[in-house]
Amino acid sequence: MPNTTRQTGNASKAVDFDRPLLLTPGEDMTGYLTAAIGKTLLLAVTCASVLAVILIFVFITREAWPFLTSGSLGELLSSSNWYPAHDSAAEFGALALLAGSLYVTAGALIIAVPVGLLAAVFLSDIVPFRLRQIVKPIIELLAAIPSVAYGFFAYLVLAPWMQENLGLPSGTNALNASLILAIMAVPTIISIAEDALTAAGRELREGSYALGATRAETLIKVVIPAAHSGIIAAVILGMMRAIGETMVVWMASGNAAQVPSPWWDLSQSVRTMTATIAGEMGETVRGSQHYHCLFALGFVLLVITFTLNLIGEYFLSRARRARGGAK
Amino acid sequence: MKKQWQKVVQLVMVAGLCMVPCGAGAGEKPAAKEKKAKLQIEGSTTVGPIADAFAEVFGRKYKNVSITVKKTGSGDGAAALIDGRCDIATMSRFMKAKEFKKAVEKGIMPVAHAVAMDGVCVIVHPSNPVKALSSEQIRKIYKGEIENWRQLGGANKVIVVISRDTSSGTYETFHKLLMKKQKVAKGVEYVNSNPQAHARVKTTTGAIGYVGLGFVDKSVKALKLDGVMPTRKTIATGKYPISRPLFMFTNGYPKLGSTIHAFVTFHLTEKGQEVIEAKGFVPVTNY
Repeated sequence: MPNTTRQTGNASKAVDFDRPLLLTPGEDMTGYLTAAIGKTLLLAVTCASVLAVILIFVFITREAWPFLTSGSLGELLSSSNWYPAHDSAAEFGALALLAGSLYVTAGALIIAVPVGLLAAVFLSDIVPFRLRQIVKPIIELLAAIPSVAYGFFAYLVLAPWMQENLGLPSGTNALNASLILAIMAVPTIISIAEDALTAAGRELREGSYALGATRAETLIKVVIPAAHSGIIAAVILGMMRAIGETMVVWMASGNAAQVPSPWWDLSQSVRTMTATIAGEMGETVRGSQHYHCLFALGFVLLVITFTLNLIGEYFLSRARRARGGAK
Repeated sequence: MKKQWQKVVQLVMVAGLCMVPCGAGAGEKPAAKEKKAKLQIEGSTTVGPIADAFAEVFGRKYKNVSITVKKTGSGDGAAALIDGRCDIATMSRFMKAKEFKKAVEKGIMPVAHAVAMDGVCVIVHPSNPVKALSSEQIRKIYKGEIENWRQLGGANKVIVVISRDTSSGTYETFHKLLMKKQKVAKGVEYVNSNPQAHARVKTTTGAIGYVGLGFVDKSVKALKLDGVMPTRKTIATGKYPISRPLFMFTNGYPKLGSTIHAFVTFHLTEKGQEVIEAKGFVPVTNY
């Protein structure tokens, strides 16, 4: 804060250097109190969000615990018979759901990573600055479209299109979900990767040009390797976007709890963990095995995203350190 | 100047936070004074939407009644009525003998009011030449034993089997009355609403699905089941295999003119029947 604001009514002096930076409580009681209360409030607000994360962890673990300790965990991770709501012979094999999540996430990444990275390189190094200032906000707008809108597009437009033009029997399948998730993950990937590439710095590029490298050589051999931490972080965050998405996969993937066979056949319908939780949690009997099983699924999902998030943070901090080191 | 602004902002924040509890307290008082009559409804997820829609109309008509509808399952509804925790139990099945006995022991006399009929229609794409199937054939389709329309006299097309999500009442009816509680194949696709099931069948030539009668229109084709076409009449008379009555249970016959009485007889009014049809069910009248 500039010192000019510390004037105490004495207009003749431009700057009052004698006044201490902090007034004692005796000198300025109301100021002291408001500052103290404000600080405490802000601390409480910050703590609340940290507390929320911890509580989510505790709550999900607590609700999943009866299932995790009931001995059905082996079945959950090894069988693909998912009949949790059956009255007499319920089965809790979530392998097909894990596979479903894996399929649509992998499918989305296969499409989104090349597209996202190429677009990021284009935006950071090739496109004229003025055009970039227009294009980047538009791409980031993609991330703001509600996922249920993507879902409608998936099953009202994309699904019939696939049936008519690709000859698939059913248009709501792993491929459909992957495509939509890719569209949703692309803005994340572009945005973070572009930041990383830009941050690689002008000196690096000019150094490379000075050594006689072309723009392509500079990009591929200098800029991208220098920004690799940020690029990995971009991919991981894009992946988290895809794996955690619920509404779109619930509407686009068809929700058949099966592992596609043959394994590469993306035109078959799959069901993800997130869609299962969203679709079945509403009506399960509280405290039943099915209820605890859904929480166990949530727990598995939480562990996966938490791990991914940690890896992403690690690479992001590495990228940040590399940036700091370059300056 | 800046410092002063900061102070003002801080003060406003503090004042605002103090206001929150005061404001909430002030808001509650008048509501408590009026003493709204409460109507507790609990039970089936199938009948729940009807009760919800009734409650909405009632809310507009009777301003001094507050209605809460809980949808946790027919069994919970019966238990709540027996314990005196609710005024009306919504149930998609009749009360079991055990529940009746328990109720009578506690001095509660359950009275059933059939408010609507629930019929689930099996639908296919309009271009599909298949017009009628037997229950057994549909069971085989959903169990994955029949996978091509050719086996049923249709075109050489893979059958895309579409089911409602397992938490819906429509699924429950279909699962109990048609599937006889047998497990469906893994390749069955799930959708989470009647309109979505309708949209999927409408746009997929090889699809088979099921929806409430209210959702059948010209863009999909309802199949004859065991030789019976699903219509209001065949559903209301029980000729169509996948039909059942939906109930509201009260403790004794409600006092004439009371809100409860008005609620459980609302299905007899024109508005009530409109609501029931809009939710995809069949009103109980003389067809």
